[in-house]
This record gives sequence, structure tokens and C-alpha cells, in this order.
Amino acid sequence: MLTCRDGKRDDLVIRGARVLDPGEGIDGVLDVRVDAGVVSQLGTGIPANGHRVVDGSGLLLAPAFVDPHVHLRTPGREDEETIESGTHAAAAGGFCVLLAMPNTEPVVDSAAVLGALLDSARAEAVVPVGFLAAITKGQRGAELTEMGELADRGAAGFSDDGVPVGSAGLMRRAIQYGAVTGLAVAVHCEESSLSSDGQMHEGAVSAELGLTGYPSIAESLMVARDLAIAAYESRPIHLLHLSARESVEALRRARADGVEATAEVTPHHLCLTDASIRSLDPNLKMNPPLRSADDRAALIEALRDGTISAIASDHAPHARHEKEVPFEAAPCGVTGLETAFSSLYTHLVEPGLVPLETLLERMSAGPAHAFGLDRPCIEVGAPANLVLLDLAAARRVEEHGFRSRSANSWLLGETLRGAVRMTVAAGRVAFEE
Amino acid sequence: MANSIKLVRDDLRPPAGPPRRHLISIADLSRKDVERLLATARSLARSLEREMKKLPTLRGRTVVNLFYESSTRTSSSFELAAKRLSADVMSIKAAGSAVDKGESLKDTALTLAAYDPDVIVIRHPHIGAPRLIVGCTDAHVVNAGDGKHQHPTQALLDLYTIQQELGRVEGLHVAIVGDVLHSRVARSNVQALTLMGARVTLVGPPPLIPRGIEAMGCEVSHDIDTIKAADVVYVLRMQRERMQEGAAFVPSLREYTARWGITPERLRPGQKVMHPGPMNRGVEIDPRVADAEEALIVDQVRSGLVVRMAVLYDLLTHGPVEVKAAVAEEVA
Repeated sequence: MLTCRDGKRDDLVIRGARVLDPGEGIDGVLDVRVDAGVVSQLGTGIPANGHRVVDGSGLLLAPAFVDPHVHLRTPGREDEETIESGTHAAAAGGFCVLLAMPNTEPVVDSAAVLGALLDSARAEAVVPVGFLAAITKGQRGAELTEMGELADRGAAGFSDDGVPVGSAGLMRRAIQYGAVTGLAVAVHCEESSLSSDGQMHEGAVSAELGLTGYPSIAESLMVARDLAIAAYESRPIHLLHLSARESVEALRRARADGVEATAEVTPHHLCLTDASIRSLDPNLKMNPPLRSADDRAALIEALRDGTISAIASDHAPHARHEKEVPFEAAPCGVTGLETAFSSLYTHLVEPGLVPLETLLERMSAGPAHAFGLDRPCIEVGAPANLVLLDLAAARRVEEHGFRSRSANSWLLGETLRGAVRMTVAAGRVAFEE
Repeated sequence: MANSIKLVRDDLRPPAGPPRRHLISIADLSRKDVERLLATARSLARSLEREMKKLPTLRGRTVVNLFYESSTRTSSSFELAAKRLSADVMSIKAAGSAVDKGESLKDTALTLAAYDPDVIVIRHPHIGAPRLIVGCTDAHVVNAGDGKHQHPTQALLDLYTIQQELGRVEGLHVAIVGDVLHSRVARSNVQALTLMGARVTLVGPPPLIPRGIEAMGCEVSHDIDTIKAADVVYVLRMQRERMQEGAAFVPSLREYTARWGITPERLRPGQKVMHPGPMNRGVEIDPRVADAEEALIVDQVRSGLVVRMAVLYDLLTHGPVEVKAAVAEEVA
């Protein structure tokens, strides 16, 4: 279930933008008319008829983005993010849907906690938001949550993100029982006895810096386990934030064997490598860690060929004082909602590593499909979920420029190209500048 | 009003000069920097041979020693080094300070920065602590050990000791033996020794040799007999305090000692032996080796004083000990 504030749907005519919807096979300069939040006409010379007219000349109009992996920190750490600030940040990043992870305080593991969140979202969310519920109670990896009741109450899927389900037997039960809900089960793949207190990718850079290594196999071993369970049970599975070549290769083999597995990758894993950790900047610390150039190349290749079908920001806000500590003492996680598109446009599309159409698809239709959501599309009769992008705009990422309550971005000080000018989510203008 | 205060503040400040210099990692130094520091240490050593051992060089300067980990030789030698150069010294230990009350490293640094120290020497259990201090004070920052990362003054004093005792560093073969994984001393020494043209072989049990460390320009061996080929055998402390329960890097200290402990039988006559201290006699080093004439362990401590004097002198006078701009990113 996706929830947001109620309100009047907008009437718009967006004129003269290059309309690009890879899923609909549209690419051309067109006018788009939106009546009461629904796309009503595509064409040229569409009259205003009293609608607000948006000049799209020189801009790109695409289906808005879907972020399947966001930490809204609510309940518990509203100083870091709230549903309101997080959805504003999402809108500023061009997203029309986001899915929030349940590793809050308390964990979203009961219908009561989930219900309270849905009520808050009805009052605060400027963009439709769905809430995943935990797979295990308290994310402790010991007992399953009441998945049926959580599904009935409106969970958008299940995940113990942040920690693995350590027991293979319990993971199997979750996948078996999760079938009755029809919702996605999304897994954080980490073999804790191998990652232990790992601070960064294990390799030449961790050897040099002395930071405890978190080896690739800590991820890929768990990926292999969960793919084997999904294959055995003939059930779909979604793999969160993949980082390692071995994981990608295991996924590719499983998909070729017919396993219904989807996976996501983050902008930071697509843009950076462990070499950047030499700066010891705590805003480069996350789980899974940045990996080698070879891993990064494998992720880009998998994104291109569709093995990885979704991009997820893994937006993980942290209070400033929590990150103003030595690298080794810093918590894992970086923000990313507001920079997801521009970072990938700058680092993948402009250098020619990934076509623009692929990026747009992996940020919208790909994640929607993985969680059984409607694909945002620019089609007559579809709800208006649109993002208006200015590919030529360049902007420096500054600490004070975020709508998120937190600024622990891995991009501070960097100049990015490709700005979001307007986001229409569920038929309403959620962001513009 | 606020505006006028700001103007006064700016007036009181000297015009923006070159960025402050720090010593965070050996990787920040060029071979020339190291040669200059060692030459400074040699001339300071001569001054210490006089009856009046105090030099007026850093009179009126303030050095703060901020130690978050226990230390005997490093903290005492930094303190004495600063005093020998006539600087004012404050030594702060985490135990018994506001740190005990939960003060963050940043706040402690800001508090100390209010006294306008010229140098802050920091030891901290967490990698990256010196970088944080650099970001919140105007002082020159010297890393006296941050977690498993770096201990640059140790490596400099080791170079100085080798040069004094063997006459050179270039072309020598140094075997570093033991728990490399948890050793900041090993990392700084690999960088320092290879920078100065020595050949380095790391020797120890596979779980204690970090994967991929060959990229630093050293060789790796798991066979203790390879140390016979070295000119210097550098023995690392078995860092028992860093071995978490159940981590099982080695089955037991007993087995470690039997396989990798440095005994007279495993050495070639005349081979020099070094150890950064504190030693676990009977674990990584046989007492007969520690007390032998070939052991340079006490020389290392003595070198520590003049080398740390040289570092303080260099930072506060002329030498360009620069922190290279951090590699902020590595993209396509």
C-alpha cells in the first residue's frame, strides 16, 4: 500500500519538453496535458484551456523515479529524518514513490507500529510512500513477524534490511510463508561471521589503511544461500544493495536458471570505489562497503544488461554529530535521495557507461516491478508521475542545500550535472524550482 | 555590531598563508622530507651531547599531547622532546579528563584549540581521529598512532636507528615479523622503508598478514626461515589486546611462539633485531634475543626523542611536511 497526503490533483500543460518514456517507446518533443492528476493528452500545440502551463523547452520529461530503499528514521530518530522531510527530499530527487525500511526504533514488526506510520504518512507525505515490515521480530533473526496481519494492514513488502537473517532455516520459512502475502521479500545479504566488524572492502586499500576488511564473500555467500532457497521454493526474491562481482555473477546464473530474482544497486556503489576511503571521510562509510574497481565494473555491466534491474538510493540519514567522529567510529550510511539521478547522470551517462534510457528505466520501471508496483508511465489515462529534468544544469552539492534533515552525503563539494526542475507525483506537483 | 567584531577578528589574523602542515601518515612524506627530518634529528642529537640540553628554539610555542590510549614511550618522548626545545607542554590523558564524561573528540579538540596550541599530538584508538582534529583546529597535528592505521614517528625513529647502526637504509633487507594485521607500526614502516629504498618482507601466520598488502611494495612469506636472509629483523608485538575473543587468528600464543617466535636459533649471527615495544618476552621474542647485543630496542627509544624533536622543529619552522590532498574520489 502506498500512502500520501490527500489533496487536489493538478491541471497542467507541460510544453515543448523532450518526452522520453523507454517503456512506452516514446522519445520526441511533445506537449503533455494533465487533467486532475491524470495524463490526458500527448501531442503538439496543446492549448492551455485554463491549465497551468509549464515551459519544458530544453528540458527532458520522463516517468518519475521509484526508490525501493529509503530510511525515513521514523519512528525513533525524527532528528535525522521524518516522513515529511524525507518525502520532500524524494520529491526534490524526482521520485514519485519511495519505500521505507523497517529498521526504526521501534522496528516496524507489528500492525500497530505500521498503522501509526501509515497514519503519519497520510498527514505528512508529499510523495506516496510504502512501508516495508520486518521479516523477523525486532529484526533479531529469531521469530517471524506476523506477515499476514502486516500485509493486511498495508505493508509494502518485507525486509530485515541492515542485518541479515542469519539462520538459513528461518529464511526459508520467511520465503515459504511470505508467499501467502503476495508481497516481495527483500534480503540484506551479509554473512556476519565474515564481515564481523568490517569497516571497508577487504583488499589492497584496507591492507594499507589498517581498516578491518569486509570481504566480498561476506555478501556473495549469503546471496548464493538466498538464491538457492528461492530456487528451491520457486519463489521470487529481491536482493538489496549488491556491491560485489561474485554476487552479480551468482544472480546472473540464478536468473538464467529461471529463478525470479531481482536486485538493486546504489548510486554510490556505481560511482565510487574503495580507493576513495583513503580520505577517511566518514561520509564514505556504508554497509555494504564501497568495493574495488572490478566490482564497480561488474555492477555497471549488470545494470546495463538488466541483471540488476533497480537503482536504490539506500538513503540513510545520520545526525551531523554522529558522523563528525573518526572514520572507524562512524555509523554506516549516506544520504542519496536528492542526488541519485544527478550523480548517475554525471558519472555513468555522460562518460558513456550507461545509456540515459537505461538509467531512466532502472530508476523507475525496474524498482516498481521488483515490488509489484504500477510502473510510472507517460500514457493517456495513467496517473501523472513525471519528472522534468534539466540535463545541462550543473550544481555544486552543498551541506546546506538539502531538504533532508541530514547532510551526510558522499557528494559534498562535488559539482553534478542533471537537475530536477519539477516532480509530479500521483498527479500533484510535489517539487519545483 | 556582529559585523564590526568580525572585522576586528580578521584584522588580528595574519593574512592567509600556506595550509597548515601536519604529520598524519608516512604516505604524506616524500623521500626528501624524510631525509631532511633525519638530518635535523642528527644535528639535534649532537646538541643533546652538551651539558646544557635545552634549546631555545620553540620558546613560547605550545604543544598539546592528547592521548586516548595508554602509552609510555611515545607520550614521554613527545613530552620530553617539546621540553628540550623549550616549548610549553600540556599532556592530557583521556582517563580522568572530560572524555570520561562522554565528551566527543571534536569537543575536546575545540576546547584545546581555544588555547591556540601550535601543535596537537594525538594518539587515538580509532583510525581517522587525526583527520578530525585537522578539521577542527588551527594547530599542526602529529599522529602518534591512530588505531591500526599509522604511527609515523615510530617509523621515522626506526629509520633513524637503522641509519645510525647500519650506516644506511637503501638496499637493506628488513623482515617484519608477526601480527601485521593489527599493526600501525608495520604499515608505517613498510611505507617508510620502501620509500627509502629498502626491501621489506612481511613474515607471519596467514591470518595476520592482510590480504592485498603486497600492493604496498613489500613481499610476503609465511615461513619463519625467510628471516635469515634479512639484514634487520623487526619483531612486532603480538597485539593480544586487539585479538577479540574467538577471532582465532592463531590457534594459541603457544603455537605462535613455537612457529614464529624470534629465537637465537632462528637468527643468523650479526643480524640486527628491532621491536617497537612494549615486548611480550617469551611470546614474539625470546629474552635471549631481546637482551643480546644485536638488539637495537633501547637505541630505538633513544632515537625516539631526537626524531620527535625533529618533527616538532620541522613543523614549526620550515620543512614542508605536507598532507597530500586526499583522493576524494575515483570515478571512471
